[in-house]
Amino acid sequence: MSGRRTTGGLIDRDKPIAFTFDGRRYTGFQGDTLASALLAEGVVLFGRSFKYHRPRGVLSAGVEEPNALVGAGVGGRFEPNTRATDLLIYEGLVAVSQNRWPSLAFDIGAVNRMIARFIPAGFYYKTFFGGPRLWMLYEHFIRRAAGLGRTPQAPDADVFEHHAAFCDVLVVGSGPAGLSAAKAAAESGARVILVEQDDRLGGSLLRDGAIIDGLDADAWAASIRTQIIAAGGKVLTRTTAFGFWDHGLITLAERLVEAGQAPGPSGLAQRLWRVRARRVVLATGAIERPLLFAGNDTPGVMLSSAVRTYVKRFGVLPGSKVVIATATDDAYLTALAIVDAGGEVAAILDARPAAASEIVRRVAAAAPVHFDAKPLKALGGKGGVSGLEALVGGQPVRFACDLIAVSGGLTPVTHLHMQAGGGLDWDEAAAAFTPAKPRQNQISAGAAAGKDGLADHLADGWAAGVKAAALAGFGTTPGAAPTGRTTLPDASGAGAAYDPAPGVHLKTAFIDYQNDVAAADLDLAWREGYRSVEHLKRYTTLGMATDQGKTSNLIGLARLARAEGRPMPEVGLTTFRPPYTPTTLGLLAGEAVGGHVAPQRRLPLHDLHAARSPLWQPSGYWSRPRAFPRGSETLMEAALREARAVRTTVGLTDVSTLAKFEVVGPDAAAFLEIVCATAVAKLAVGRGRYTFMLREDGFVVDDGTVWRIGEDRYLLTSSTGGADRMVAYLSYVRKVLAPQLKVALANVQEHWAAAALAGPLARNVIGGLLGTEPPRHMSAARGRIVGVEVWVLAASYSGERAFEIYAPSTEIAPVWTILAQGAEAVGGALYGLEALELLRIEKGHIEVGAEIDGRRTPGDLGLLKMLNPRGGYVGWQGLTRPALQAGDRQTFVGLEADGPIPEGAMLIPAQGAAPEGHVSSAGVRLTADSGGVALGLLTRGGERLGETLLAASPTRGRTVSVRVVAPHFHDPSGERYRD
Amino acid sequence: MLLIACPYCGPRALAEFTFERPLESIVPLDAAPEEAMRRLYTRDNPRGLSWELWRHAYGCRAWLKLNRDTATHEIAETALYGGGA
Repeated sequence: MSGRRTTGGLIDRDKPIAFTFDGRRYTGFQGDTLASALLAEGVVLFGRSFKYHRPRGVLSAGVEEPNALVGAGVGGRFEPNTRATDLLIYEGLVAVSQNRWPSLAFDIGAVNRMIARFIPAGFYYKTFFGGPRLWMLYEHFIRRAAGLGRTPQAPDADVFEHHAAFCDVLVVGSGPAGLSAAKAAAESGARVILVEQDDRLGGSLLRDGAIIDGLDADAWAASIRTQIIAAGGKVLTRTTAFGFWDHGLITLAERLVEAGQAPGPSGLAQRLWRVRARRVVLATGAIERPLLFAGNDTPGVMLSSAVRTYVKRFGVLPGSKVVIATATDDAYLTALAIVDAGGEVAAILDARPAAASEIVRRVAAAAPVHFDAKPLKALGGKGGVSGLEALVGGQPVRFACDLIAVSGGLTPVTHLHMQAGGGLDWDEAAAAFTPAKPRQNQISAGAAAGKDGLADHLADGWAAGVKAAALAGFGTTPGAAPTGRTTLPDASGAGAAYDPAPGVHLKTAFIDYQNDVAAADLDLAWREGYRSVEHLKRYTTLGMATDQGKTSNLIGLARLARAEGRPMPEVGLTTFRPPYTPTTLGLLAGEAVGGHVAPQRRLPLHDLHAARSPLWQPSGYWSRPRAFPRGSETLMEAALREARAVRTTVGLTDVSTLAKFEVVGPDAAAFLEIVCATAVAKLAVGRGRYTFMLREDGFVVDDGTVWRIGEDRYLLTSSTGGADRMVAYLSYVRKVLAPQLKVALANVQEHWAAAALAGPLARNVIGGLLGTEPPRHMSAARGRIVGVEVWVLAASYSGERAFEIYAPSTEIAPVWTILAQGAEAVGGALYGLEALELLRIEKGHIEVGAEIDGRRTPGDLGLLKMLNPRGGYVGWQGLTRPALQAGDRQTFVGLEADGPIPEGAMLIPAQGAAPEGHVSSAGVRLTADSGGVALGLLTRGGERLGETLLAASPTRGRTVSVRVVAPHFHDPSGERYRD
Repeated sequence: MLLIACPYCGPRALAEFTFERPLESIVPLDAAPEEAMRRLYTRDNPRGLSWELWRHAYGCRAWLKLNRDTATHEIAETALYGGGA
């Protein structure tokens, strides 16, 4: 078989385009798809099937193509699984076939056919048994065999953009119905967006032509485009509506360049539109179904309407001697097109007992037509089709041919309708599902609604457009509905021949081409008990490939219904989900790539820190200094030096990211006693205390401090990581739980920057700068440092006497600088998060994320004494539950060992025993040269002081012997900072 | 992407809101423990309209109650929680 170029078509023969396929150079023309250009050059073999590596050619001329999948482009632009029928060629296009090695013509994978009977659909559910080690062996080969295309290895070089748009009426599809609808809506006064996935308007008109309102189809479409734009609307071509979401949101993928193509002046590859439309008209057309016969996947078997498209639109005759197998009148138009283009129609095999429409009679006069005729088996192989065996009136007959055009009826494209939640009706005449009750007021029109023939398409589209505009609030009476005629008699696309001829070898009668699912596979699955359509789909993977079953769903459903002995509508259909056609992830990401993936929050002191070249730690959306290594210090060396400086002289660290809230009003204390589980009301002005917060289920979720900085004014601080949660939580208490309280809240996290000065010399340093006596432990005072008004809060996290200095973010820099100078002048140092961790662990302070992991009660963490005896706080009810009061809970303990203790290790009494707790934070003894200390949670921990356990970390291959001790390794009584 | 009509801001996209909880799962501070836990954990999961607490977190931050159909996403009613102000 060999395709060849003929005359005619919508391609531009003045613009030849050079491209390569599998390394060979070819030439096509502007307007060609990769499929049409290669067919014109006589290419037959386009790919190898997924599992059996059967040779495959082009089946269709549209996005429903299951076989001819190629990789287009190179490097960072490479796009696998691109349908050759949906790729317009461009100069320099590099395309490669997939799923074959070493080459398409000689593919080693074809050996799979020798074991085909052992690998039917779903075979992997029945094989690969054995121990884990055997599975690792299987997995190696399965991974290599899986998938069709190769993923690109280079980062995506393409750039994508997101756009929002609003309109009154969105029309999807620009065939006769869509154009008619768009015209009606525009004339009714609505702002219309018309989208078309092809690069030209017209839909089926591009294939069959027509004269509408006195214009030829092209001119008529152009006039409507002008009309829409003049009325304030948009026309988008090469744009696919791939998702219909909630409340009238439709997402569009606009291709500005083809797959693998370098971008034009805009620099963009694709644009994602989020369109909020008042009403949507779905004129998405219908897709032709193939027929079931042995070898129906042989290269050279094509959908009849596709053959006609290649002849009429692309000027390509895909074969010179054609057999047409059909259940519809529409295929007879293909016969005429072939003859017009100089080809020969060897036979028309009509599955129907008879047909007497005008088109049939006309064609019968020019070509042999056989009724009650069904295909049995295609002959040929990777070189293409060589013939067809058929059953004609019950007798087997063989026909020689190099192209088999099949027409099994039309399936309306109802994907978007169903995505929008619409239901389907069974149309007996069309033997297919058509859109029924719409849920979001979408309106289907034309072939998508099961309509047949140009007159019906135009009228139905018009009515839909008028109705959509009216529902959107636009009632201006439009002009007259368009009328048109085709040059040839009407040829209905309705019909169905789901059942194969008797005696067809079902193992090679393919239903889902892309996933290699044959009729025999469905029968086997049914025999094995997979009888619901949902099970059948998932077990056989029918309809689960990148084509989402566009040519196979209904045929598979018919087979299931046949096996069940039930009508098709009763058996039901699986749900269509977005995207309608494969959509690249880059498009969904849009501009949110690289540094724009997440917002960046900058510390007010970021630049000052950066000048010291710290090691940075990502902390939420901030970067915080982890340590300030000097010279060639490692992280650990720097952290130890910094932490020891805090223990012996003084250290300075940035704690600006702490959550901070001002709580003001006569009921401020009452409010805080709901939010926090500690008492607050008795706090004197100028005093502060540690506090913690519970979830409604009674578990500790966060901790912090509360300071009474005025009569009715409090400052609440809590963890950096929980800040966003606290904002919502405080608002919840304020507005939902206790709206009657007279209190106002302000989130001052970003308003105040904060530095912590800690160590035995901290008092001297801060006192010198303030010029007054610094506040005593757990007291707050106002002051001035280098002229900046500051709050000084005396609290210790590190275990040394410490002061948190709060200054407005815009004024913290000079304050920090003078504090740093002061600290370094007395032999102190800046310290980062790593040292902060070592200090608080040695001191025995619990931390959100480590000890406060959402599963601990106040009693577990040693906070029972601080619980507000008056109750009434959020979580008080959850706390009363017996399990939270039980005596065998895991409680907070300290652990010590001679060497480092692995953080996260399980605590077990002996090897092989069940874990009784874990190591939540691990550190070192700062005031000694060696020795590991850690904090942990341990069942009945308080009763087990002195016990020896194993801290086991199988993932790190370390087990350490540890001794359970009280969780305070440094200054347990707090003498170093208490007054 | 639902469209939610904030009483202050008008119809805005779902991305601006946070779903907080079913309205009936709000635990009053003075609820007895049994009642509190029942509200929190023993809940119907109706297929159809039910009231929910939402927040216009990335907009005006108002607390809203929505009567939303869990099957169709239709929002029958939207109001400020607490009736306004």
